[in-house]
Amino acid sequence: MGFGVAPREITQGNVQRIMYLHVPTAWVAYLAFGTVFVASVAYLWTRSAAADRLAQASAEAGVIFTGVTIAAGSIWGKPTWGTWWTWDARLTSVALLFVMYLGYLLLRGMIEERERAARYSAVLGIVAALDIPLVHFSVYWWRTLHQPPSLMKPGPATMPPVIVAALLVNVVAFTLLYAYFVAKRLRSLRLEEEALA
Amino acid sequence: MTPSAKFLAGGLAIFAALVYMIYAGLTQSAVYFITPSELQAAPVTGKDYRLGGMVLPGSVKWNPATLDLAFALSDGKASVPVRHRGTAPDLFGEGRGAVVEGSWTGDGYFKASQIMAKHSEDYKAPHGTPGDASYRDLLRTLKKDGTAR
Repeated sequence: MGFGVAPREITQGNVQRIMYLHVPTAWVAYLAFGTVFVASVAYLWTRSAAADRLAQASAEAGVIFTGVTIAAGSIWGKPTWGTWWTWDARLTSVALLFVMYLGYLLLRGMIEERERAARYSAVLGIVAALDIPLVHFSVYWWRTLHQPPSLMKPGPATMPPVIVAALLVNVVAFTLLYAYFVAKRLRSLRLEEEALA
Repeated sequence: MTPSAKFLAGGLAIFAALVYMIYAGLTQSAVYFITPSELQAAPVTGKDYRLGGMVLPGSVKWNPATLDLAFALSDGKASVPVRHRGTAPDLFGEGRGAVVEGSWTGDGYFKASQIMAKHSEDYKAPHGTPGDASYRDLLRTLKKDGTAR
């Protein structure tokens, strides 16, 4: 869709096609860390091991997708903005997101005792989620180099229907990929626990 | 320090950082770039700034032989002359947004060490893509004039 169907964007040319990777992976990062938040709340509420496994699986996928988002954004930023990286509010809050969830995975791995690891990481999974709205609204709250969203915002999309369609197909595709990763990881985590029990 | 106290301290540090970022954002005390009006209100010679605005149409002077680039950044109220040696990014152009890093020289211009282009959230398909509304409009007008079969 991004290469065959979508047109060459008028100002940026073919470079704009990076959007079909950058935006869906950013969306999945929101979704993954949002899932960590919900699963963490659920764990503290019910102490269910399944909720804890979901939080772990989703955080791992989220870190990967955030990494891809940053890499693709950086490659897109060089030819268009003229820089790989700049410390504006959007890029800084995303860097914070990436580092916090890396820390989250470190914290999980550091604590031997299963129940304690789950409890501490659930707390971090809730606190770190505060950064998600910060990332999304950073482009409105601060002056940034990064432009505001074209799709997930009030008002009509500021792109032609054919670009929206290509983007949405990729968003669905990456969401399915995320679901597949999480499902696989949930299974391996469950088998691990059964083997240890 | 017990392990749980350590985690509590770490968690509080992250929480405090987030609260600070939200506070700084709402009060605009952490500013990524300043506007030409803000620079002209209180320019400090030799101080490093990030200056953002629109490249004033008709102001760009580019000498490819020496790589000397001169233009004016405007916010609609004030404009600041900018000079730079080097190339600008692809999306840099008159009537578009740009953010420059550099310093105020005191000789009436801003010396930029880096130029970044700020683009809008508008994406457009070129004319000639089937399905594009403006393309259909174009075809319709051509048919009306009898110039297209």
